[in-house]
Amino acid sequence: MNDSRHGTTVPAGMHMHHLITATGERTSDELLDEFVSDVDHVTLRGLYRDMLVIRRIDFEATALQRQGQLALWPPLLGQEAAQIGSVRALDPEDFIFPTYRENGVAYIRGANLAGIMSTWRGSANTGWDPHEFNMATPQIIIGAQTLHATGYAMGIAMEGKESLSIAYLGDGATSQGDVHESLVFAASFQAPVIFFCQNNHWAISEPVGLQSHLPLASRASGYGIPSLQVDGNDVLAVLAATRWAARRARTGGGPSFIEAVTYRMGPHTTADDPTRYRGVTELEEWAAKDPLTRLRSYLFNAGMLDAETEAAIAAEADAVAAELRDGCINLPDPEALSAFENVYVDPHPVLDRQREEYRRYLSSFEGSAS
Amino acid sequence: MIAEFKLPDLGEGLTESEIVSWQVGVGDTVTLNQVLGEVETAKAVVELPSPYAGVVTAITHEPGTMVEVGEVIIAFEVSAPAGAQVSPTTGTASEEQAPKRVPTLVGYGADPETSTRPARRARAAAGAGSSAISDAQAAHAAPTVQHAAPVQSVPPVRPVQLEDAPDVRMQPDRPRSTPPVRKLARDLGIELESLTGTGERGLITREDVVAFVGDHTQGAGSPVAGAASSAQSQREVRTPIKGVRKFMAQAMVESAFTAPHVTEFLTVDVTAGMDFLAKLRTHKEFDGVKVTPLTLAAKAVTLALSRQPALNSRWDQERAEVVTYNYLNLGIAAATPRGLLVPNIKDVQDLGLRALAVALGDLAKTARDGKTPPSDLAGGTFSITNIGVFGIDAGTPILNPGEAGILALGAVRRVPWEHEGGIALRQVMTLSLSFDHRLVDGAQGSRFLADVGAMMADPAMALVLG
Repeated sequence: MNDSRHGTTVPAGMHMHHLITATGERTSDELLDEFVSDVDHVTLRGLYRDMLVIRRIDFEATALQRQGQLALWPPLLGQEAAQIGSVRALDPEDFIFPTYRENGVAYIRGANLAGIMSTWRGSANTGWDPHEFNMATPQIIIGAQTLHATGYAMGIAMEGKESLSIAYLGDGATSQGDVHESLVFAASFQAPVIFFCQNNHWAISEPVGLQSHLPLASRASGYGIPSLQVDGNDVLAVLAATRWAARRARTGGGPSFIEAVTYRMGPHTTADDPTRYRGVTELEEWAAKDPLTRLRSYLFNAGMLDAETEAAIAAEADAVAAELRDGCINLPDPEALSAFENVYVDPHPVLDRQREEYRRYLSSFEGSAS
Repeated sequence: MIAEFKLPDLGEGLTESEIVSWQVGVGDTVTLNQVLGEVETAKAVVELPSPYAGVVTAITHEPGTMVEVGEVIIAFEVSAPAGAQVSPTTGTASEEQAPKRVPTLVGYGADPETSTRPARRARAAAGAGSSAISDAQAAHAAPTVQHAAPVQSVPPVRPVQLEDAPDVRMQPDRPRSTPPVRKLARDLGIELESLTGTGERGLITREDVVAFVGDHTQGAGSPVAGAASSAQSQREVRTPIKGVRKFMAQAMVESAFTAPHVTEFLTVDVTAGMDFLAKLRTHKEFDGVKVTPLTLAAKAVTLALSRQPALNSRWDQERAEVVTYNYLNLGIAAATPRGLLVPNIKDVQDLGLRALAVALGDLAKTARDGKTPPSDLAGGTFSITNIGVFGIDAGTPILNPGEAGILALGAVRRVPWEHEGGIALRQVMTLSLSFDHRLVDGAQGSRFLADVGAMMADPAMALVLG
């Protein structure tokens, strides 16, 4: 794998921020330290619990797909710190525009587990009410959510609110036109938006080296948007970096761009075979930087974790998994005609005609209700 | 109660998968999400976690069989009553509550409990030759009235547009099939309409298309559509090219038509080498370690490559560079249950003879068990193929793609051979070396082969040539 496309980007003049090393040592960072001065060991253990639970959710959902209960699942394995660290830095009124992979973020925001599964089972377009949780529906179109987030943030600014919006995006999305437009608009209007880019090294099968020859975070400077690169497997550093960006947004500082450098340990989705493109030693290398392992070591050394507390957290995660499984399996099938609901706010004659045609088609089968 | 696990659609829109292996057997107790085995789809090999906790009561498909999505592959006796962890789709309890909508498994289509396709209501125009039938009557009569043949004999004066009537422009049923099978038929120039499906509810399967082709190749000139005897089609067996076979074929074609191959042969008296192996087998350092001519050859190759690094290199066409390796990842061709694989041992240059022998043993066992991980298949730099185990003397091996050399080991035979000025019965073997002539000159290849031969003939030469 000496192919240049597989090389990770060289952080030329870009500093990778981190606070807890891969071996679990707490280090200091000039920029980030002040943003986590209030984070005590109990909070850190809470972050560990969050990460373990969403890893367990990921495991269960992957199994459910293999068992025919989900049509598809986009694994988040390896990206727990990036998801947890970022969402835990936000206030409830901050509006989240996720990709399809931020299912851990949705769980933390309070979305119902069966609801989250319903999208992947194919029984609902969305598993939660975006207005209830201030989190948009999972965006499948790569990068489109950055436009929504920017527009939303421009609205926040116009209304003079102190809130912000955050767009999650991947390394591949940075090559999209939508993302370019978003960055331009965000800068032009100094919108309170955070571009939270999880560089998980693979855009399905294309390596990040193909998207950019420079660190993705350095692209932001071309738009005049302050950015930083953070160890995406270091939950504390991700929390701090997101708080840095959030403070900028809330104090009229405008947009920020965060590149959280992490790694997708699983396939792109359950329909993907990463062994066809992944470098031979990649998994091993990244397993050594596992986000949970390092925090676990840290907490053990700090005396905040022992076999008993670990077992309690594992039991909690298992209970979440059991609830998820039960909720998923028992999701009722949607009515066929419900496909026409929630398309337009107001009555729409073309859609009405289509619904009527479809209703007549359905009723052509014996035993149908109408 | 018995709970069945039907093969799900494991990718997006897949219709079939191949059972690769089972890790459980009938009678085994399994836990929820325990890995049951592996299946290979068109996209990936994936592990199947158990959807139930219980005891395996049946395994309905052996490894190597292709299974359609929705077919039962394994069944369990589960203690839990309906509900709990048990999927209601496979239980019988839920069927009794017909009016309630029940969840269905994704990818199986709707209502898997329904064994037959929902029947179409009679067409509005059909049988409604006069407008005497009121809308209400038509609507209510439809499910029960089965109109017989003469429906079309009296064309309606004008189409009666009943409220519940399906759109009259509705397409007639096209033959039921799946996209890959439709493509296969199209590729073979077969019209699906000329086939009779043998699958569920008349589904045209891959086998139907293949059988149809077989029939027609056999009965050339006798266009009896789909009616040729099945005995005829047995004269040829058609096996889909897929999996390891397909991959290997591509690799071999790529290698054979990219690298200009040269093959050289050397027959050597390896009596001393075999004596050396016999001595090793009784040495306490090698207790429990299998040593074979392959062990010796692997060591000889390692040492000889350090003298002729050209044979341990790669032609990088894209960058117009020759990549010379300062390490050796030694590939060993292995016949596995899934076909030919060439797993390799990493950094062989760092291994002593004992460690090398152990690694070779492990490699072979893993390959035989079909458990070779992808990482073992990538990154090889030179390969050995041991055709001697099949009693073969020599061959012209094709290079593993991207590698500069491959050595074939022939069988060790006792033959009358010149020895110290006379004729003696000696142990002799032939070495066949293929190399990429872009990377390796004849002189380099010849010297390498001579060095390997010298060390096989007399392992003490390793002290000189190593």
